[in-house]
Amino acid sequence: MNTTTHTTSESTDTAYADGSWDELVGAALLGTERRRGSPGALLAAAAVQTVRRRAGLRPAEAGPRPEPAPHDPRPEPPEPARRRLAQLLAGRAGAGSGSGRRGAAPDLTELLPQWLAAAGQHGYRAPASLVPALLDVARARSDLRPQALALTGPRGLWLARLNPDWRFALRGGSGGAGELPDAEDAVAVERLWQEGLFAERVALLGLVRAHEAAAGPRLLETTWSTERAEDRLMFLDSLRVGLSAGDEPFLEAALGDRSRNVRATAAELLSALPTSALAGRMAERALACVGPEGVTPPAECDAGMLRDGVVKRPPAGRGERAWWLGQLVESAPLSCWRERFGGLGPAEIVALPVAEGWAEELHAAWCRAAVRQGDPAWSQALLSSASAPPAAGPATASLAERAKLLSILGEEERAAWVAEFIRTHGLSEAFQLLGVCVVPWAGALGRAVIEALDSAREAGGYPWSFSGVMGLAERCLDPAEAGRLDVLAAEPVEEGAAAYWSEAFQRLVATLHLRAALHTELAPAD
Amino acid sequence: MTEQGVRWTAEQVLALAPDDASRKAGARLGGAGPWSQTGGSASGAVWGLCKGSGSKPYRTVADLSGPAYKCSCPSRKFPCKHALGLLLLWAAEGLDDAAGTSTGTSTEAPDWADEWLAERAAKAARPAADRSDRAAPADAEGARKRAERRAARIGAGVTELEQRLADLVRGGLAGQERAGYAAWEETAARMVDAQAPGLATRVRELGTIPSCVTGWPARMLEEAALLHLLDRAWLGVSGLPEPLAATVRSRLGLQPRTEGEAVRDHWLVLAQYDTASPDGRLTTRRIWLRGLASGRPALVLDFGPPGRPPGLALPVGLVLEAEARFRPGSAGLRADLGERFGPAAPCRTAPTGVSTTAALEAYGAALREDPWLESWPVVLGPVVPIPGGPQGGRQEGAQDDRDGPQQPNESWQLADAEGTSALPVPLTGAGSRTGTGLWQLAALSGGGPLTVFGECGHRGFTPLTAWQPGSSEPVVLG
Repeated sequence: MNTTTHTTSESTDTAYADGSWDELVGAALLGTERRRGSPGALLAAAAVQTVRRRAGLRPAEAGPRPEPAPHDPRPEPPEPARRRLAQLLAGRAGAGSGSGRRGAAPDLTELLPQWLAAAGQHGYRAPASLVPALLDVARARSDLRPQALALTGPRGLWLARLNPDWRFALRGGSGGAGELPDAEDAVAVERLWQEGLFAERVALLGLVRAHEAAAGPRLLETTWSTERAEDRLMFLDSLRVGLSAGDEPFLEAALGDRSRNVRATAAELLSALPTSALAGRMAERALACVGPEGVTPPAECDAGMLRDGVVKRPPAGRGERAWWLGQLVESAPLSCWRERFGGLGPAEIVALPVAEGWAEELHAAWCRAAVRQGDPAWSQALLSSASAPPAAGPATASLAERAKLLSILGEEERAAWVAEFIRTHGLSEAFQLLGVCVVPWAGALGRAVIEALDSAREAGGYPWSFSGVMGLAERCLDPAEAGRLDVLAAEPVEEGAAAYWSEAFQRLVATLHLRAALHTELAPAD
Repeated sequence: MTEQGVRWTAEQVLALAPDDASRKAGARLGGAGPWSQTGGSASGAVWGLCKGSGSKPYRTVADLSGPAYKCSCPSRKFPCKHALGLLLLWAAEGLDDAAGTSTGTSTEAPDWADEWLAERAAKAARPAADRSDRAAPADAEGARKRAERRAARIGAGVTELEQRLADLVRGGLAGQERAGYAAWEETAARMVDAQAPGLATRVRELGTIPSCVTGWPARMLEEAALLHLLDRAWLGVSGLPEPLAATVRSRLGLQPRTEGEAVRDHWLVLAQYDTASPDGRLTTRRIWLRGLASGRPALVLDFGPPGRPPGLALPVGLVLEAEARFRPGSAGLRADLGERFGPAAPCRTAPTGVSTTAALEAYGAALREDPWLESWPVVLGPVVPIPGGPQGGRQEGAQDDRDGPQQPNESWQLADAEGTSALPVPLTGAGSRTGTGLWQLAALSGGGPLTVFGECGHRGFTPLTAWQPGSSEPVVLG
């Protein structure tokens, strides 16, 4: 068929002119060969219909609108801070790997946690447009979840209900809870306790306990027998904060729980209450084993010990008697030892020689007890002097234990101890200890770190050998120290390790400047 | 009149960045640290020296009326990180106090900056003369012959395409799902040879429909029919009224024969976004403008070759006083920016929106002038975003016997704050936004009403920019 006849047939062929759209689609699917009419007529009719339909489009019927998000009375951060957050969120994806050469540019990823923490302290809410990105952050980084969710607040929860990807926000940690009732409003408390999501109930429990310590156990008892084992465990765990003697009867009852994990946690919490009956029982057992005359571990794990949470089977590679001993000592109140050792103080007790190779076991148990009971005197004793060689002294040599003990000490004491440790032993083992120091680092601590980094440079090391400490310094060094670093960063070196160091210091300085800016920007405008 | 004292937001500065790396690098240079001898002028220029790794600092100058930039650094990024950093510094009111920019008074530009600024000013005074040159080509006769030859080639291509479409409909669409698009790819190549790039693009898209669209037979018939309509229009172009003829020519990919209408206005930048061609070789940047006085929409396109972003960047929320030259045809949407009259400055108010019904009416009206139009730029509001769920609504056509476009269960809508009307938001296909942008929209709304700019067409409404109630600050979605 040539075009001339084609055109002619189209002008005369009106077979499709009156067809509905569905008929036209049907005809096009089958092909005009099997139907009447020419292809041109079909296309012409379809063109008319297409344009007509598009020109005559009408709105659809609106679906059910979402419930409006609850009002969040908190203010948004000032504009520069909002911009900074957007920048930090945008930069979080392509950040450096944390090892090797990273260039002189600051690492934005590490600043996000600081921004979130500072904004939380100021009582801001997240800018609405950044709520989705913050929910993504909360999903990807559980360490940032509470802060990110606190910032997104009711708007975040509202959004999370609409997107399955963010469901975690509804059940996750206490930061995700919605609006809580007044602790005095017994009816509202009761209702939320009965009907709330788990996260809301945990938050409610915290609220009620903060209001009146004894109200927590009362609330728990109302539903305790019907809670699932993992929920019972989580509820117990949440008692850790603000634990008091008033919680003892409830915990004592929980020692008879069906779940072994619940029993163990109840025992652990009771042992952290030095006046509790369980602590007394454990003291009795521990004192029978340990004294000036030597160490005699328990011969058996009896029913009473089992009921008080002692785990009978040791982990692989450990003797059972040593295992039991460790549990008894870590659960006994530390105050019981003074009398047992003839009135000696913690430092003197720790310094006593221990026979038959029990020293390590005993000291480790005391470390756990000091941490659990939050006892600074024992912590100090077990840490001993920061400048002493770790392996030589009576104190614990384990960095993990030291880090835990440090966290019991006051901020200043902690910083001073770690600074002294770094001055004596350098940076290679300081990483874990630095991690428990309060941010920003105290002046002396910061200076010790900078000096140690400078020594490492002079000794010919490479900065990536210290990338862990470098990263911490970026996060934790007081921005006021930037001036001290400028000198180190400014040296114009073109090659070799020195160039990498200068680059690393430049990055550190740049990051510190950014951190300083970050805090300035968050300060509310007057 | 805008002044240099009216500062942009940092977002607006960062929107100029050619890529993410530049954005980050520029953000780092946005503090006072590396900068010295910074200053600005009332005519909308800022300059400064930026300390780099070398011994000599880089000389950076930016002209906000363009915006245009010059920097002595070796970077081929445009604008470079230094220009971005300088503008961020300016946006944060961080230029040297000696420059007195915060009070709006100007300072003397250093020679190296002044030289470039003077050159730009001289160039800006010239375009009128340049245009008259173009209007009178040296070889008018030759040009006419070339145009005739091209018309003949296009005619042959169009005739061939008509045959191809007729064969398609004669044999039936049913076989297309298996046929693949290789055959259409070949036809598209023939259209390129026939110097009808507009047809080539449409043909290529037609070939991809069976593989990626639910309800593809209807979609394919629509596209084939519109292609047929374009073919027929070209064959009869001499008999068409001029605006429609111009539309047809531009749809085929021909340059406009005549200068369009020039409209001087304060143009608000409503949206700017890039799309890559299917083969990734070309980046198309769409910039949507609206004249604050005329109310007229304008679409400015710019293109970037492989690996390079388009050169033109206009941050959302800025207003620039400029002459827009509208190309003939295509419902008067395509425009080229001409002379600028002063630096761009942030807009103080959010645009006012229309209802969903008015939005569709605007699209329908535009179709009268350009039946091939996919969508029309509309500021919608106040509207409430309804995130996806099983409640997805139905878009009804003008004819009762036909269902609207198939909507998957997770469809989104934008509903009038009052009443029961809504527009569906396309989640897949050309022009749809990523989930990020939609969730941002939902977060901004919190279930309440807001104002949204986007493209309203037969597929639904594609949101691009949003304003919260009571805020003039645009939020770029996605």
